Amino acid sequence: MATIDTTQPLTQAEQSESLSRAQVLRSMKRGDIVFENLSKLAAISVLLLLGGIIISLFIGAWPAIKTYGFDFLTTQRWAPSLKPQPILGALGPIYGTLVSSFLAMVIAVPVGLGISIFLTELCPHALRRPISIAIELLAGIPSIIYGMWGFFVLGPFLAESFQPAVISFFADVPVLNVIFAGPASNLSLFNASLILAIMVLPFITAISRDVFATVPTVLKEAAYGAGCTTWEVVWNVVIPYTRVGVIGGVMLALGRALGETMAVAFVIGNAFKIQASIFAPATTISAAIASEFAESDGLHQSSLILLGLLLFVLTFCVLAMARMMLMRLERNQGK
Amino acid sequence: MKLSSILAAVGLVMGLAAPVANAADISGAGATFPFPVYAKWADAYKKETGNGLNYQSIGSGAGIKQIVAKTVTFGATDAPMTAEELKKAGLVQWPMVMGGIVPVLNLEGIKPGELVLDGPTLANIFLGTVKTWDDAAIKKLNPKLALPSTAITVVRRSDGSGTTFNFTDYLSKVSADWKSKVGAAASVEWPVGVGAKGNDGVAGNVGQTKNSIGYVEYAYAKQNKLTFANMVNKAGKVVGPTIEAFQAAAANADWANSPGYYQILTEQPGDGSWPITAATFILMHAEPQDKAASGEALKFFAWAFKNNKMAEELDYIPMPAAVVGLIEKTWANDIKVK
Repeated sequence: MATIDTTQPLTQAEQSESLSRAQVLRSMKRGDIVFENLSKLAAISVLLLLGGIIISLFIGAWPAIKTYGFDFLTTQRWAPSLKPQPILGALGPIYGTLVSSFLAMVIAVPVGLGISIFLTELCPHALRRPISIAIELLAGIPSIIYGMWGFFVLGPFLAESFQPAVISFFADVPVLNVIFAGPASNLSLFNASLILAIMVLPFITAISRDVFATVPTVLKEAAYGAGCTTWEVVWNVVIPYTRVGVIGGVMLALGRALGETMAVAFVIGNAFKIQASIFAPATTISAAIASEFAESDGLHQSSLILLGLLLFVLTFCVLAMARMMLMRLERNQGK
Repeated sequence: MKLSSILAAVGLVMGLAAPVANAADISGAGATFPFPVYAKWADAYKKETGNGLNYQSIGSGAGIKQIVAKTVTFGATDAPMTAEELKKAGLVQWPMVMGGIVPVLNLEGIKPGELVLDGPTLANIFLGTVKTWDDAAIKKLNPKLALPSTAITVVRRSDGSGTTFNFTDYLSKVSADWKSKVGAAASVEWPVGVGAKGNDGVAGNVGQTKNSIGYVEYAYAKQNKLTFANMVNKAGKVVGPTIEAFQAAAANADWANSPGYYQILTEQPGDGSWPITAATFILMHAEPQDKAASGEALKFFAWAFKNNKMAEELDYIPMPAAVVGLIEKTWANDIKVK
């Protein structure tokens, strides 16, 4: 290899080459600056958009905030055409939103984790792709299709076979006979939760499958080598190692469930009254807005916008809580 | 280069789109209930005269908002505005077609028209005080029917609606309890039941849910082959939902002496009257900004009144000829299109 003598003056060719190289580098730098600013602009526009949405929601909701104040959160009545002034309260929709999302998670998290554990740890190779693709297809189905399927197929099935069985099974058990009280209904909080669970299943499954795949084989093999069963490996090695990612997936799913509109509006029954039975109709914030906004005006419309603002705050709180939970977990792991 | 080609493309699209928005096109917005017949009229009118009608069925309340804001040539509503409201907004109102609202149910073994209900019982079902199908009040009206002891599932609208306005207006007239606890409006505080969106939503739900009851415009009951109930009317007679019964109720309306044609056709006297009949209304500005468009709209409505057969084909009830004469006089006197 020839050593380069830096003391030698540069030849003509070398000079022009270094010049052009400087030019190229400069133009590349220019491109970088443009790129940096463009991406900065994109990031800032998100903030502006978010701010704009919050401000316009707040302006739209102001008449309702001024009229009802804190009572809006604690009132269950929803009487938009009461004279002289409507009585409107958000307690029913808030209850429905939280409970339907919570029930959806109770159903979807174990099933979703089960699917991804099966896929990564136990599944024969030939089955792995078909199941994965089926799960991903579930995510691609538009929510209105879920709503119609829930309305025409799932609702009647649940009302005629599943709900009566559960109602009579728990009829003599205190507390549970109130939660699972009749009459069976085509449209109910439970049906909405079930539809939501099916809708968020792909999120939980896809993300937890991906993070399960990141567990180093060495760790798992060491555990197997120490005599662990598959269950022990999953419970003591795989899940602790991927906890953060799994919780992230669950939170993403929860965010989707909280805001889902069309499918829920189809199957939840749109009743503002809070009932103890999960087989009774209820409503969620987004379903209430979807079904009432077009025909509303004045204080009624303002209250619906306030409901939208509340959903915003609710989703934000849930995500913030998730963040805090993750941070605490990470700290505990660090100890 | 790219930007200019995009601009060119946009220009091309806009250039293509421009001729579609014909100056002679009439725009209207409002009630969903008369949408099928307005669409049918508009289609035939376009074929005959070349003038189009753009009607957005966005709901009665929204229709009133749009015409007050002057974004459309006419508004349409199922819940009429009162004379004072009309005066304040500078609007002229008239009825366009009428229809019937019928209770529909899904009860095993019961055929259309077999079950008889009266106003107070219907109100109590929707109030939740009559809870089962074998309740004494229903049994009394239907001594020969074998009614199950199952719970009644009430199906009602979840969205604001002119149908609901007329239905709750009827219940307020026949039940003091309903009037004090719920009242009449486009969207009310429902004591019980599940909410479904639109007439088709209620029809679909009643069709699916055993032991349920709901209310829809007659056309929806007919199209979905739902079991309807017969009603006891103001004269105490049992009537079925037929065009004749709707017409009998409509014939009672004293259109000539109601300012702004403010008439609600529920609970009308007469042996053959269907108790829950309703008219749907058109709203236009008395002094429109775009006089040409308003003139075109009036021409369309006059043409529509002459083609009432199309409304009958879709199970609506046309306005009687005498009322059409009155309405045409109103147009000439109250709407300044020249």
